[in-house]
Amino acid sequence: MQKMKLVVIGNGMAGMRTVEELLKIAPDIYDITVFGDEPYPNYNRIMLSPVLANEQTIDDIILNTREWYAEHNITLYTSARINKIDRKNRVVTAEDGTSAEYDRLLIATGSKPFMPPIPGKELDGVLGYRDIKDTNDMIEAAKTHKHAVVIGGGLLGLEAANGLKIQGMEVTVVHKNEWLLERQLDKTAGKMLQKNLEAKGLNFLLQKNTEQIIGNAPGLDGRSRVKAVRFSDGQEIAADLLVVAVGIRPNFALAESAGIYCDKGVVVNDTMQTYDPRVYAVGECVAHRGVSYGLVAPLFEMAKVCATHLANFGIGLYKGSVTSTKLKVTGIDLFSAGDFASNDEDGREEIVLHDAVGGVYKKLVIKNDKIIGSVLFGDTADGSWYFQMLRDGKAIHEIRDSLMFGQDSLGNTGHQGQDKAAAMTNEMEVCGCNGVCKGTIVKAIQDQGLFTIDDVKKQTKAGSSCGSCVGLVEQILASTLGGGYAPPSTSKAICGCSDKNHEEVRAEIRTHKYLNIPDAMQGMGWRTPNGCATCRPALNYYLISTWPHEAKDDPQSRFINERVHANIQKDGTYSVIPRMYGGVTTADQLRKIADVADKYAVPMVKVTGGQRIDLLGVKKEDLVGMWADLDMPSGYAYGKSIRTVKTCVGSEFCRFGTQNSTQLGIDIEKAFDHMWAPHKVKFAVSGCPRNCAESGIKDVGIIGVDSGWEIYVGGNGGIKTEAAQFLCKVKTADEVIEYSGAFIQIYREEARYLDRTVHWIERVGLEYVKRRILEDTEGRTAAYERLLYALQGAVEPWSERVKSSALQKQFETIEV
Amino acid sequence: MSNWVKVAPFEDIPKLGARVVRSKNVEIGVFRTEDDRIFAINNTCPHKGGPLSQGIVYGDKVACPLHSWKISLVDGKAEAPDVGETACFNTKIEDGFVYLELKD
Repeated sequence: MQKMKLVVIGNGMAGMRTVEELLKIAPDIYDITVFGDEPYPNYNRIMLSPVLANEQTIDDIILNTREWYAEHNITLYTSARINKIDRKNRVVTAEDGTSAEYDRLLIATGSKPFMPPIPGKELDGVLGYRDIKDTNDMIEAAKTHKHAVVIGGGLLGLEAANGLKIQGMEVTVVHKNEWLLERQLDKTAGKMLQKNLEAKGLNFLLQKNTEQIIGNAPGLDGRSRVKAVRFSDGQEIAADLLVVAVGIRPNFALAESAGIYCDKGVVVNDTMQTYDPRVYAVGECVAHRGVSYGLVAPLFEMAKVCATHLANFGIGLYKGSVTSTKLKVTGIDLFSAGDFASNDEDGREEIVLHDAVGGVYKKLVIKNDKIIGSVLFGDTADGSWYFQMLRDGKAIHEIRDSLMFGQDSLGNTGHQGQDKAAAMTNEMEVCGCNGVCKGTIVKAIQDQGLFTIDDVKKQTKAGSSCGSCVGLVEQILASTLGGGYAPPSTSKAICGCSDKNHEEVRAEIRTHKYLNIPDAMQGMGWRTPNGCATCRPALNYYLISTWPHEAKDDPQSRFINERVHANIQKDGTYSVIPRMYGGVTTADQLRKIADVADKYAVPMVKVTGGQRIDLLGVKKEDLVGMWADLDMPSGYAYGKSIRTVKTCVGSEFCRFGTQNSTQLGIDIEKAFDHMWAPHKVKFAVSGCPRNCAESGIKDVGIIGVDSGWEIYVGGNGGIKTEAAQFLCKVKTADEVIEYSGAFIQIYREEARYLDRTVHWIERVGLEYVKRRILEDTEGRTAAYERLLYALQGAVEPWSERVKSSALQKQFETIEV
Repeated sequence: MSNWVKVAPFEDIPKLGARVVRSKNVEIGVFRTEDDRIFAINNTCPHKGGPLSQGIVYGDKVACPLHSWKISLVDGKAEAPDVGETACFNTKIEDGFVYLELKD
């Protein structure tokens, strides 16, 4: 079959990102031709400032080399400016006469610097700041000229000014507002920034309107170079290089000339399609819902959506972006996001921290219990955290009192107590699981042009195992990319096989009553025929937890441990842990375990932290025989399931014990035996506040007091230690089982697969959990009933396999 | 010289699953995809030697149970950015039985 032809006008970040996304999901459906009017392959435009500041070179910022285009069979025309789109015959033509036919056309013509109509703007030495050529022109000018003037105190203007200063010029920034970066900063922060930049040697003239650019007498070639700038108040300053950086405008003249509807940009719908259905547009040239973006993060979101439509999947909608900015001037930390204008008319509240001497200023703007804007100066470590909450619309009342002091103040100290990515040296290890150092990550981000956490995980493996360092990786990404980084929304797609997020998948399984994985995948438009190792286990769990006794459990979609009911070890052997309810055993059980250990020559017998016994190093072929000999139930020590209920001695023996914690532990473990969950679930029951069973770090921790039982939830002793939070106090053991059962059932029904209880509570808030369990009595009872129904008739998996020869097959090795 | 050996009835290899075959000198994972193709690769992940036959099978790949390297059943190669390769073996199905070609 002949391939369709895709022509891309614009060889910049938005256009090429779309092509990359398209190649990822549909590599073979198009012959692709790309036209770019610059002489370079696609490069990272946001890194021009570091180039000007001598921190990187042009080669460093190339994103796709010419070899890359060749490898992917993409025809690339550089220095080729398209000046005609013939939509009737579906042909585009460049100024040099090169032409190409298309079946689909992608317009990504970007933006151009806005040049205000000041007399003299055509003089030599007057530049915009947009591309490699402008950057090189500035570097060249700096070698022979002395006085640089930058008009515009916005992000780009300040970065240009900083770079020119480093190139050795005397730099003055002219700005017409009262303070710098008025779109990103409030007055206080703007003034602090100015002071810092003045200390770096920059000069500022604020509230000035440029009236005229004055040139030298024309030379022999009739051309004349800029000499000075005059303002409306009559003041005149010397300038032999003038950079105008007062903003950008979408570059849509080409599209407009082809009759494509434009309104301050190429108008597109939520699928990035223009009014001509064959023509798509992405990037800074578009006007989406009336908004044009000049930052990289939204472009990438558009690229992703556009690629799915070009690939004929017909899924994915772009709904606009909230953006954040960071100034890429080394040594100055500044972050802003959202809406931070000061006015208290519409219920806005502000939290402000201002240390003028220490050079730190932080402002959070809050409305209806949500962060709507933030400005950080001097200490931006928490920028992405605030931005995340802003994007997710997270309710903040529970953490409001410590919000300003950052994420650390929540007791969330992160990996090895290391929080400040910037303070780390390149040799320091970030990812302990895969042995990845900071330098490796920074290098990968720069060399390979990475923009997302997923890219970094894929390329470096950092953060791809236990995940505890992802926050740190994110900080490194943010500080390396500056303004190019946008933290992912937490409601991300379940995996690459679908664009639906976990919540959407769950809702559809419920509404359409999918009962098996193939039906669910087909109904929800999965892109892959049978998913992947990430989505299949999640789908399987969602199916069986939504439709207990009806949905079909698919063992092939379970991780090996759950498939064979044992825990795989590094050498491919397994561990066997029988259940000992409440951590209580008998001489008989111990004798059986000892006999089994002897019979199968078990290399190690170990007492676990969950108060039971682990037989390690068992061959897969021996598992069934061992289970038969043990004749004890599976301890589910391998599953996303109920693990153990740890107990202390309690009132039966302990002289301090106030309650029979051992018996309650046994009762709970029996009540919730065989329960699958989004992740492992651990309980503990202590008989008095001395808390010997460590109830404070369990998913559900119970502490006996004289008058009853206290229930704590969301604790975790793992990757990050999280103390459990107080849920309520009840009088009887039966109530403990009902309340904690209801809590676990709502977690089972609503958390994302692989969320521990702490992660789920972090997202929905403890208030929500309290409302569901404590205030809604009927809801609590119903949830508990649903859990009991789900567990009804559960079969003990070891004895089931001992009895069934069909189930034993997978444990047998075929000898040839 | 080719050396075909009879392994097991086709039905004994579970869909989207695998069985382990042990010969004198090598352990092989014999896999069956959703669309009933049979593949055989060395049962050892090129990363840290994990038993690939125990992984989750999807498309024509398997995810290693130890650290989730994705290995192609077609050519035994690891999916980028991981680099590594495990040996592949020819297979055929005749009269409902799976056969495997061992190397000398």
